[in-house]
Amino acid sequence: MAFTLTYNVALVMFGAGLLGVAAGVTGTFMFLRKRALLSDAISHATLPGLCGGFMVMVALGGSGRALEGLLLGSAVSAALGLLAVNFLKSQTRLSEDAAIGAVLSSFFGLGVVMLTVIQNMSAGRQAGLDQLLLGSTAAMLREDAEMIAIGAALVFLVGFVLHRAMTLTAFDENFARALGLNVPLIDAAAMALVLAVTVAGLKIVGLILIVALLIIPPVTARLWSNRAAYIWPIAGAIGGASGLIGAGLSSLAPDLPTGAIIVLVAAGFFLVSFLVAPARGALASAMRHRKFQRRVHRRQGLLALAQGYRILEPYTRKLLQREGYVRADGVMTERGQSAATAAQRDEARVAYLRSKPDYAEFLSRHDGLSDLSRAFTRDELAHIDTRMEAAS
Amino acid sequence: MLRLHQNDQTLDPQSPLAIRGLSVSYGEKPALFSVDLTVAPYSMTAIVGPNGAGKSTLLKAALGVVPRLSGQVSIFGRALASERHRIAYVPQRASVDWDFPANVRDVVLMGLYGKMGLLRRISRDDLAIAEDALAQVGMQDFAHRQIGQLSGGQQQRIFLARALAQNADLYLLDEPFAGVDAATEAAIITLLKKLKDAGKTVVAVHHDLSTVTAYFDHVAMINTRLIAQGPVAQVFTTAHLQEAYGGRLATAQIDRLREAGHY
Ligand SMILES: Nc1ncnc2c1ncn2[C@@H]1O[C@H](COP(=O)(O)OP(=O)(O)O)[C@@H](O)[C@H]1O
Ligand SMILES: [Mg+2]
Repeated sequence: MAFTLTYNVALVMFGAGLLGVAAGVTGTFMFLRKRALLSDAISHATLPGLCGGFMVMVALGGSGRALEGLLLGSAVSAALGLLAVNFLKSQTRLSEDAAIGAVLSSFFGLGVVMLTVIQNMSAGRQAGLDQLLLGSTAAMLREDAEMIAIGAALVFLVGFVLHRAMTLTAFDENFARALGLNVPLIDAAAMALVLAVTVAGLKIVGLILIVALLIIPPVTARLWSNRAAYIWPIAGAIGGASGLIGAGLSSLAPDLPTGAIIVLVAAGFFLVSFLVAPARGALASAMRHRKFQRRVHRRQGLLALAQGYRILEPYTRKLLQREGYVRADGVMTERGQSAATAAQRDEARVAYLRSKPDYAEFLSRHDGLSDLSRAFTRDELAHIDTRMEAAS
Repeated sequence: MLRLHQNDQTLDPQSPLAIRGLSVSYGEKPALFSVDLTVAPYSMTAIVGPNGAGKSTLLKAALGVVPRLSGQVSIFGRALASERHRIAYVPQRASVDWDFPANVRDVVLMGLYGKMGLLRRISRDDLAIAEDALAQVGMQDFAHRQIGQLSGGQQQRIFLARALAQNADLYLLDEPFAGVDAATEAAIITLLKKLKDAGKTVVAVHHDLSTVTAYFDHVAMINTRLIAQGPVAQVFTTAHLQEAYGGRLATAQIDRLREAGHY
């Protein structure tokens, strides 16, 4: 089957891409705020509203398939779910994760019952409804795609405006409040964004899997960066790429649910990142371990040289030789001499600090291997040296 | 609003931080009850009291971080809302997750968010302010270090740098010496004294009674209620300490504390 970029496919890819960007950005705040699970509660809580919306529209004589009605219904029930979580948390001693679990499963259970009732009472007419569980692009209309795109763009815009306030709130809520930020309002705005992403994503990704698009991109972005300022755009890019690529792939396999394909693409990004990302990836960790091992050997070797010992371990000898600390015949080079002296001096400082219980916590900063100047400021080193001199 | 305090005296307009009839509760039991506090201008004031006495809560309520049940707060004689930019708050170091994805400079720049608002981009001037604040706490070489790699003392230093970046007139610090090394403690107290000399007012929750006399000129003792406040020499007495800490401190211990400051 060949991939042809028809107008309709392009439209869906564009919509899914924008949705992914919005989901990545929104999900980043929930992730940084350690409330990723709340997104799960919100999305699962849409099901009863979705079914309720359908029933109301049918009762009013419609076909029950108008997207606006379905979206309105799901937004209302997701908001109710959110209120229920907050109520349980503040009025009982339940922790947030327990409250989320209770609400998520009850709402979803209710939704499944309603869905079954609908299927039994009106066979055929509910055709569009179950597609909203896992998403599809087959029956996507131009208006649908436009609505999704507009919703996603709005979400992205609000997320962009609030990202500084959200980062601060996520890191240090007390400080944010002391600056005069309205923290409850920021939290409420974030949840409104999650709600908007969920509702906008119903048609393409479906309500069961939208949470994956909210969580996987920020988690993946975290592997790539140690700074929130970069995690926002990286998560947006990963979400966007997942939506775009997933929707494109889905046009090749119209029988498979679109949401599942999009999420699998996102999961692919995660897997690759997990392996190769420089900040926290597995390969990088393995390399860091190697590097650490080298540092241990280098330090041991230099200290041995400083004390006039011969280096017995072949790996250590090879390492020091390769790095120009010793010559092939085992004699120290000039570079080796000064490095050995520095290592020796650091060792004396550490020994001094260790003898003073007051410095225990101060000393804990030092990893025991690298130059002390990496762990202490110049002031601090000067302070140590003065103390040492005074003591001797 | 329920007025628990009977004193109709107005709040001192000269005081950087004046509090009257402040009560706060997180549940049924009050964490603070009808506390009056007038911080002397240009002072270094310690807030002391046993664990759970409401010291952190006092700072938070003064800043509107936690809601008040009753009471008034004035900052330099005016309402908090209009004077927020003159206050720098240093929360307890343990109140945040240091695994948060940020480097040292990111955190210090947060001190400028009040000035920058939601969207203004970080300017060269902002970066210079952050750099200067880091230099003041001896952390200029750590700007790009991941905050998760810092020691307790270094974390406290960058919290202080964030407050310095705010260029405030009133500094409220929650246990700035908790769990820091001796070098950091010395660096912080030197810095705080410099702030005081520059005409700022410093209020710090302080847990180490043995250094109160050496570090501070004023002290407020609380244990849910205000026990005493004023110059250290007058207020840091055996009777007051016993009242604040109950049986937790033996008289002999207290005598040693009082002597500690005199050499
Ligand atoms: N967020 C909170 N929720 C419930 N209780 C709290 C909260 N913060 C503080 N408390 C309670 O309020 C009292 C005062 O706390 P705090 O101000 O932190 O005391 P201190 O700083 O003097 O140790 C304590 O009993 C504490 O358990
Ligand atoms: Mg406290």
